[in-house]
Amino acid sequence: MKTILSINQLTKVYGPLKAVDNLSFTIEKGNVYGILGPNGSGKSTTLGMVLNVVNKTSGDFKWFDGAESTHEALKKVGAIIEHPNFYPYMTAAQNLELVCKIKGVPSNKVEEKLEIVGLLDRKSSKFKTFSLGMKQRLAIASALLNDPEILILDEPTNGLDPQGIHQIREIIRKIASDGTTILLASHLLDEVEKVCSHVVIIRKGVKLYSGPVDGINASHGFFELEAENTELLQQLLNEHPSIGKVSLKNNLVTAIIEEPMSASDINRYLFEKGLSLSYLIKRKESLEEQFLQLTNQTTA
Amino acid sequence: MLRLLNIEFLKLRYSRSSKILILTYFILITFIALIASIEFPIGNINFRIADQGIFNFPFIWHFNSYIAATLKLFLAIVIVSMMSNEYSNRTLKQNLIDGLSKKEFILSKFITVMVFSIVSTIFLFVVSLILGLSFSDYNEFSIIFSDLEYILAYFVKLTGFFAFCLFLGILVKRSAFALGFLFIWWIVETILYAILKWRIFKGTDIADKIVQFLPLESMSNLVKEPFSRLNAVQSAANQLGSAFEKDYSIHWYQILIVIVWTVLFVYFSYALLKKRDL
Repeated sequence: MKTILSINQLTKVYGPLKAVDNLSFTIEKGNVYGILGPNGSGKSTTLGMVLNVVNKTSGDFKWFDGAESTHEALKKVGAIIEHPNFYPYMTAAQNLELVCKIKGVPSNKVEEKLEIVGLLDRKSSKFKTFSLGMKQRLAIASALLNDPEILILDEPTNGLDPQGIHQIREIIRKIASDGTTILLASHLLDEVEKVCSHVVIIRKGVKLYSGPVDGINASHGFFELEAENTELLQQLLNEHPSIGKVSLKNNLVTAIIEEPMSASDINRYLFEKGLSLSYLIKRKESLEEQFLQLTNQTTA
Repeated sequence: MLRLLNIEFLKLRYSRSSKILILTYFILITFIALIASIEFPIGNINFRIADQGIFNFPFIWHFNSYIAATLKLFLAIVIVSMMSNEYSNRTLKQNLIDGLSKKEFILSKFITVMVFSIVSTIFLFVVSLILGLSFSDYNEFSIIFSDLEYILAYFVKLTGFFAFCLFLGILVKRSAFALGFLFIWWIVETILYAILKWRIFKGTDIADKIVQFLPLESMSNLVKEPFSRLNAVQSAANQLGSAFEKDYSIHWYQILIVIVWTVLFVYFSYALLKKRDL
């Protein structure tokens, strides 16, 4: 598979603060990646370094096969960072034409890309008249102008209203379905969960996990159960060899599964022991729960 | 190179305030011609400025480049803001992400500055030529094209000054503060000169020798004030018994000093941008 970006031991130090600490990961063509981490975990700093706006302290990164300079490579990349930055006194179309000049691509795609993000009818409006949602969509259009090999989005839905968030996500999904590689930085788990196939989780600049979204936690999920006799239920569950930790919350018993087991297995086992359930569900941790688990593990 | 100029041209073209300032600047240069129409009566003689020889070749090259150079402040505002706006709009960051290198960014600004200087110089040359041809007492070819080094000095002076503005725009990041800083710098140079001249090296010309290396002083040294060269002023001074002896000519080392500053300012701008995290 073709490698688009490889980061190796990348580190950024701001005074006493280590914003990014020996971070390494690779981005392959065709996947949708998420960089997940709480606010201030070093996501934007990492992107800033590979995008040529933040100077790295040590380590290195390589775009594509590493044959060309970073700024040349960036012409094949589309990126937007937190806040959409354009010239306020220029119209949408003029701003995009300027980006075309910088990227060295012909400006005949301006209308096409404005169409994708639904801004074609506002192409002659000045940027300063746009709402935040429109600015963000214009930023996406601008990032798409060169038909990039990879699209980098840093908190693309930050500060938007629900409708704006929905629009942006639809656009991202559409782009992803065309086979464009995407790198999405976000502190919103469901955003990453909904869009990404792979995820890199960082916390305080340290990588906690990198790999497929499904592989974050190798757990087999957990049961949520309820019975009239809660104590017996807990006792029986604790006796079961394939059940790990059992906990009780609001009359609802949660049991972590340690070996593959179906809901009917546990139902049969409990019934044979003389307990009938009033509620049973098998669940996998949502990314959010897994994420919190991961980040808590390393909390000193 | 053309690509960089093109990028910068697009940025300026749609900015209304820049357009107005640039236009004002060039219109004001042509207004030098208006000086010709100033006349006022002294007693019963009608005193016409144009008759005082200010539009005589080759003096006009000196006079006009001095007057035109005072207008450079208009372009200075444009240049400082075209630099610092990239910071306040955060478009500098976006430009770099879009694939402009930091070197190209500085180069695109400097090329624009050069174009401003070149156009100003050509413009000044044409305006002066026309004015001179209409008012000058001497129209021999060899006289018209003597003392043209003032035009060259004007060009070097403008480029140096604009490079200084570029650097301040990057250093301070806010256009108003950058212009304020320019003013403060000028005051500092003036005070420094005063201290050197009237305290430390009193009664000698060592102070002048030192301050000619300062950026603003070196630029203003290139084209010195031309008024005391006027016949009327000279004869008045003679009558008072205090004839000036002033060196109005341009020396190669003065040009060199300004060129060195220009190179330094562009280099400092680049070094500063390279070092900064955006």
